[in-house]
Amino acid sequence: MKRIVTILITSAVIAGLAAGAALADKILLINGAGATFPYPLYSKWFYEYTKVDPEVNFNYQSIGSGGGIRQITAQTVDFGASDGALTDEQLKQAPGELLHIPMTAGAVVITYNIPGINEKLKLAPDAIAGIFLGRIKKWNDPIIAKDNMEINLPDQNIIVAHRSDGSGTTNIFTDYLSSVSSIWKAKVGKGTSVNWPVGLGQKGNEGVAGLVKQTPCAIGYVELAYAVKNNLQFGDIQNKSGDFIMPSIESTTAAVNGKVNSMPVDFRVSLVNPDGKDAYPIAGVTWILVYKHQADKVKGKKIIEFLRWAVTDGQKYSADLLYAPLPKSMVDKIEERINEIYY
Amino acid sequence: MRIKFVDLGFKKAVTLMALGVTALACLLVYNMAVYAIPAIHKFGPRFLFTSTWDPVKEIFGALPFIYGTIVSSMLALIIAVPVSLGIAVYLAELAPLKIRQPLSFMIELLAAIPSVVYGLWGIFVLAPFLRNFIQPFLSKYFGFLPIFQGEFYGVGMLTAGIILSIMIIPTISSISREVFLTVPFTQREVASALGATRWEAIRLGVLGYARPGVLGAVILGLGRALGETMAVTMVIGNRPEASVSLFAPSYTMASVIANEFTEATGNLYLSALIEIGLILFFVTLLLNIAARALIWKVSNKVKTV
Repeated sequence: MKRIVTILITSAVIAGLAAGAALADKILLINGAGATFPYPLYSKWFYEYTKVDPEVNFNYQSIGSGGGIRQITAQTVDFGASDGALTDEQLKQAPGELLHIPMTAGAVVITYNIPGINEKLKLAPDAIAGIFLGRIKKWNDPIIAKDNMEINLPDQNIIVAHRSDGSGTTNIFTDYLSSVSSIWKAKVGKGTSVNWPVGLGQKGNEGVAGLVKQTPCAIGYVELAYAVKNNLQFGDIQNKSGDFIMPSIESTTAAVNGKVNSMPVDFRVSLVNPDGKDAYPIAGVTWILVYKHQADKVKGKKIIEFLRWAVTDGQKYSADLLYAPLPKSMVDKIEERINEIYY
Repeated sequence: MRIKFVDLGFKKAVTLMALGVTALACLLVYNMAVYAIPAIHKFGPRFLFTSTWDPVKEIFGALPFIYGTIVSSMLALIIAVPVSLGIAVYLAELAPLKIRQPLSFMIELLAAIPSVVYGLWGIFVLAPFLRNFIQPFLSKYFGFLPIFQGEFYGVGMLTAGIILSIMIIPTISSISREVFLTVPFTQREVASALGATRWEAIRLGVLGYARPGVLGAVILGLGRALGETMAVTMVIGNRPEASVSLFAPSYTMASVIANEFTEATGNLYLSALIEIGLILFFVTLLLNIAARALIWKVSNKVKTV
């Protein structure tokens, strides 16, 4: 009896293993690495996509844009992901032609903590640049006060908080500062990490938000998604046409719309300071990086299918996760670009 | 014959383990040196003495990080060593036997708390407390000292030093306690027989005898302080500036590597970060050698007395 049971169990286990192996044989694993900012959306996509195509499985390591660029250049992954566009020099280092495929857009908000003030601040570009350059030192400075006449701003020192870890959020924010302030552009510039003229560095959105929340008179910048989820107070920002715009998914998509006509063919676009009355000015896109020539036929085909799905059907998952869906006009252009990939 | 064979095998195995780890350390240094070459080539010794850290313009100088690492670790030792020795003396000599075990167990438990938890506690509890109470107090009564001047941010060098000291207290105190327990009982008896009070007996009989062991404990604590990354980066303010005031934000070598490595895209940038890793290795090595020399000197003195 005991022996029969043993045999039964053993054969069941073997059959199970064999079935698993057969299934694993069929499933194609596609590896990617890079940006952390779009990771929640990407993992949602990878999960939903298994319902569209059960034969593909994605493995994505959110190690940061820098790591993503290095790995796709070294061809250790099938696709990379980055919050910042590659420079011409970086593109030249890659062994083949790398394409930037925009996936989604995000915004950066300015959060602050001024004791006793619950009204929304209105911030003009010169005020933001002045604060982060360290030229505006007090909250009641006339440059801030001129747009906030109804608020009684305190005569207190401003404490600036910024990200200490290299991040796409910093890239978007410093890109914005460079576009609105020539002094910032010359003195500091844009990048995932910069030489900040003033302020305290904190790790991650949570670090900056934490410092701002418990330091009176502090100001900092965080991702829109993080700020909304954590009920942070954030200001309306004056855009190119002079309107003060509240950061939201809609105003971020409006920012993408404002750039569609002037978009470079390789999609290495900066979204900051776009045209459009309702466009929020501190926004950016995030890209997936793939080689135009896919060496592996089977994988290449599956990657193209996935990218096409992500920029069309996949966009409906963006808003729930507080990413801004790409407008139709841009999706059309991206699909053309995806069609250029060959194997 | 068989015993000889086993003996030989054992010897080979342990030799391999010892040499293996040493070889690994050497390979590590070799690898870091190779990747650091572009930065070493570009900046030369200037890297060690300049304080601009500008990833956009690719100008790199490591002085603020070296300064921040050394000062925060020293600050941690200044706070932690007296407290740890107090704990160790109490647990080894004075505490009622019943509470010795539970108390030392609880102190050792502090070492098991992940550093990110210390960091969070640092941001949300310690930093506001320092900003609202300790920093105004220090500034009011000791503000004439340059180390207690400037604005109160809460986060900064002082906060990092305090967090580090809490993290290294379990290491230093539990090893010191073990060392005190190994001091022969006759030492205390002799001192008491000569008419020494309790304190004198501990000071002369125990502390003097245990000095080399205690220094070893301090070195281990220092090692942890130098290499600590997460907790420090959360409370130090991450500003690459070497400033005299303990209230000011600062930055350490381990923190800048952890913060910027993932998003470092340029080759020179990456290379500069790796060179900082190399410097951290050598700073740790030098401080260890210095501490060992100190032990050697002290233990010689103990023998001659």
